[in-house]
Amino acid sequence: MSKTHPGGLLAAFTQVDAAAGAIRELKEMGYKDFTVYTPVPNHEIADAVGHKVSSVRLWTLIGGLTGMSLGFLMSIWMSLDYPLIVGGKPIPSWMPYVVISFELTILLGALATIAGLIVHSVRDTKPGAFDGRFTDDMIGIFVPCPVERRPAVEQLLQSSGAAEVRVET
Amino acid sequence: MATAISPESASLQDTQPTYSEITRDIAATLGSPSRGYYVLLGLVLTVLAAGVIALLYQVRWGIGVAGYTPPVMWGVYITTFVFWVGIAHCGTLISAILYLFRSAWRTAVYRTAEAMTVFAVMTAGLFPLIHLGRIWYAYWLFPYPNQRQLWVNFKSPLVWDVFAVSTYFVVSTLFLIVGLIPDIAAVRDKVTGWRKKLYTITSLGWRGSDQQWRHYSRAYLYLAALATPLVLSVHSVVSWDFAMSIVPGWHATIFAPYFVAGAIYSGVAMVITLMVPLRKVFRMERYITVWHFENLAKLLLLTGMIVGYAYVVEFFIAWYSGNPFERASFWNRAFGDYWWATWTMLICNGFMPLLLWFPKIRRSIPALFVMSLFVNLGMWFERFVIIVVSLSYEYEPYAMGHYTPSWVEWSILAGSFAWFFMWFLLFAKNFPTVSITEVKEIIPMPRRRAHP
Repeated sequence: MSKTHPGGLLAAFTQVDAAAGAIRELKEMGYKDFTVYTPVPNHEIADAVGHKVSSVRLWTLIGGLTGMSLGFLMSIWMSLDYPLIVGGKPIPSWMPYVVISFELTILLGALATIAGLIVHSVRDTKPGAFDGRFTDDMIGIFVPCPVERRPAVEQLLQSSGAAEVRVET
Repeated sequence: MATAISPESASLQDTQPTYSEITRDIAATLGSPSRGYYVLLGLVLTVLAAGVIALLYQVRWGIGVAGYTPPVMWGVYITTFVFWVGIAHCGTLISAILYLFRSAWRTAVYRTAEAMTVFAVMTAGLFPLIHLGRIWYAYWLFPYPNQRQLWVNFKSPLVWDVFAVSTYFVVSTLFLIVGLIPDIAAVRDKVTGWRKKLYTITSLGWRGSDQQWRHYSRAYLYLAALATPLVLSVHSVVSWDFAMSIVPGWHATIFAPYFVAGAIYSGVAMVITLMVPLRKVFRMERYITVWHFENLAKLLLLTGMIVGYAYVVEFFIAWYSGNPFERASFWNRAFGDYWWATWTMLICNGFMPLLLWFPKIRRSIPALFVMSLFVNLGMWFERFVIIVVSLSYEYEPYAMGHYTPSWVEWSILAGSFAWFFMWFLLFAKNFPTVSITEVKEIIPMPRRRAHP
């Protein structure tokens, strides 16, 4: 991403508890708009950051329910539109249509989940400095802050055990 | 979690790979293919070309060039369709069901299994179309507004199958892609040149930020939760293609669970078939250990026992029901014209997995590889027996017949294997076949202080 970002400090950690400690201290200092990069999802970091549960699950629910109703509506309406008696069964028979409805529940549920993932991830991704090692084995914290506050933040990051802190403009 | 890669390595902390070693080793499997790779790819493409020529021949001259003889109008194509859909199932079992069970051993093998799923469904999906004969009318399978004001028959299992298999293809592809994103990002940050550009685009801007992981983990969990009932439904629906017809040998309530177990059984075998050479060529011995193979072997044993049980139940019920047609059909299976196919199936799927009760065999990779080939053979014949043998011997003696596949069908069958392996070969050199992120996930990150 080539978006310009506000200047700030980029810290790299090798130890997970050190990074979690730094996150908690940053929050105590009142910083909220920092970004944490981890190579794997980590619950210790997630707890320290303290986000709410992702609302992607709402997308899954709505997508699934839409698929379920569409499955029934489509099969019932289409059988009524082209009424053909098969096997002596009622023209709209809900029982065999459960299969259609079930498959569309899964299909639209999954598609909505992906849509939710994309929408929320794009919306919540803040511009910030990044380093390739954060997808490898290091944890990164980017703290956007103006020049005059940088010494204090740098001090905090260093004392919590950052392997490296650098200024990003 | 102490059992990071395998229980054996837990005592030897220094053998446990570090995060950067994992990225390096798995990224090293990509790119710069050797001569052997091109030779193999060339071979696969040649066989695929033979299959395509056979298909074009069939399109030109009609479905009559296949060996269909009334009453057997479902033959090798439908057999092969069921075979490949079945292969797909193990991938979703490992990637979704075992994910929900938080099983640690799945992390090293799941990517290969999931890729196998997608390619197997891509192969399976071709066969109903090939079987149609007039392949250009394939879109009639879907409900679409048309001038004749016709709609599809939603009471038919064949239409359920269209919905089930298409949904399965879409969802398993999405699941594979979502799982790949963090891995592609990890590789992106390691490589240079044109590959970096490729992976920059395909990683979709992934950085592993707190917000991204928050949504990603949720989405992955829900996709797994959706894929789990899906995988069980797909082969059940495939089994109803048969079980809903009043054909002796087909019309049985055991079909859905029997088919699902058989599908996972054949899929596990295919994972082993793919994994053994892959591990050797990519030098993945450190990540895919005997422990993983033993777990796969246990899955093979479990599902093999269920399949064996289903065979016994089928024969028992044929006798116990007292239904003369059912009895005759099963007598014909074991001792009729196609006895060789039935006994291949019974020996490969019913008796051979019993060898896996011996831990020595479960832990021997060469033995598992050989066994996996026989399981694949046996499972193809299982579908052949169910479909062809049942159809050839229904109710009326004057309507019984014999079916022999033609060269067209054999060529297309061989071509389907080539098509599958072509995709797998292309995938293996361009995307990580072992999940970088998930292998890291089960290894704890370094800490400053001991865990509180």
